[in-house]
Amino acid sequence: MGIEILGLPMMYYIAMVAKVLVAFVFVLLTVAYATYAERKIIGHMQVRLGPMRTGWHGLLQPIADGLKLFFKEEIIPSQASTFAFLVAPLIALIPAFITFAVIPFGGIIEVAGYKIPLQIAAYYDTTAGQVYDVNVGVLYILAMSSLGVYGIVLAGWASNSKYSLMGGLRASAQMISYELAAGLSIIAVFMLSGTLSLTKIVELQSGWGGFEWYIVKQPLAAFMFFVCALAEINRTPFDLPEAETELVSGFCTEYSSMKYAMFFMAEYANMVTVCALTVTLFLGGWNGPFTAAMPLLGPLYFIAKVYFLMFVCMWIRATLPRYRYDQLMHLGWKVFIPLALVNIVVTGIIGFFI
Amino acid sequence: MNPITPIMNGMKITLKHMFMKPVTLQYPTERPKVAARFRGLHALNVSHDKAKCVACYLCPTVCPAKCITVEAAEDANHDKYASVYEIDMLRCIFCGYCVEACPVDAVKMTGNFELANYHRQDFIYTKERLLEKK
Repeated sequence: MGIEILGLPMMYYIAMVAKVLVAFVFVLLTVAYATYAERKIIGHMQVRLGPMRTGWHGLLQPIADGLKLFFKEEIIPSQASTFAFLVAPLIALIPAFITFAVIPFGGIIEVAGYKIPLQIAAYYDTTAGQVYDVNVGVLYILAMSSLGVYGIVLAGWASNSKYSLMGGLRASAQMISYELAAGLSIIAVFMLSGTLSLTKIVELQSGWGGFEWYIVKQPLAAFMFFVCALAEINRTPFDLPEAETELVSGFCTEYSSMKYAMFFMAEYANMVTVCALTVTLFLGGWNGPFTAAMPLLGPLYFIAKVYFLMFVCMWIRATLPRYRYDQLMHLGWKVFIPLALVNIVVTGIIGFFI
Repeated sequence: MNPITPIMNGMKITLKHMFMKPVTLQYPTERPKVAARFRGLHALNVSHDKAKCVACYLCPTVCPAKCITVEAAEDANHDKYASVYEIDMLRCIFCGYCVEACPVDAVKMTGNFELANYHRQDFIYTKERLLEKK
């Protein structure tokens, strides 16, 4: 490789930009079509059809919705705090997307004699012959997911409306309580893996045709993490911050047009991220049969697993009504946190003796 | 009580429903099947190229919504006929009493239920509009 910038070959930068573009566009498309899939799946679960008119079986619905929202009037309430009001959707949206930087979505592929790991924040060092990625990937993800709540709280506060404020308050209380339980439940995974790097965690789950997946060793942690993650991203049955029956529309009551769309994109992007994270931590990441022979199968397995979990999210939404606020707090503080702690202790004891 | 089983049962039900045939009717393209005795828009029966109505005033009398206007007149054969026969569809409650009251079977109700219009005037159906279409 001829040209080097800051000690790294040119190919590194090209691969980086290509990876970012492909992954980002793919996540954006997934987010757009997740709305369509959700409406279709919930529709069919309620013995309806869902969107049918825009395009074949309503396939152009997300594009039509986006265009419609784009041309809607931008309304900023006269009593709102304008800057915070404008910035809040961005603060909600960006952490949802940048979390993807550390999630490995495939093994190492070789392009023009240069090895590229399929993970945005990773680099294959030819002299050392190994992949370097963010060695505290999970910490980064936990940090970013807790940043997301700022957008919602800010939106609720800046709107200067009581419904929005209530929504924002609920969101912060809920996210803080469930982040503890989610964080504690994945500690059990680190106790087994001994590393915070997501690439390593996926590698450790590669053997034994699925029996090395951490969901087999840590079923309780996997279940608790998934449920807490649902609560953390405000999905049903924990969508109290935007409970229509009580709070009009919660923190996004005063939002219109593209800013409203951004909150929705953030919600669905969070769903994609959380499903991707659950897949990475518990369902073996991109591992699957024949990935060694055909590295491009890795991303396919990853996408299939993520889509399956997203289907489960929608399935849960079609099934369960919203939890009451005291039930939510009870579940978080009195059930999940003690269970997660017990799980850590048990994992520690078993790990000490084996 | 164990909280997981009811959730699992619920999820089973929703999954089962996903594979059922949707009940949705794609309305403007798919038409609903209208029952034979459906009470929709009225029509005046025709016999020998003219309306059977003899302007006996039984239908405006029985009408609970007072939506029928009839005016009687005499034709060239000295027969009584309705020179004016109007039904105000904004008042009509589609009870079908007019059809039951009619002694000469002059008025009937069709399966037409798409009665939307842009102007109030268009909801008053005159005799010409009510005459049975051949």
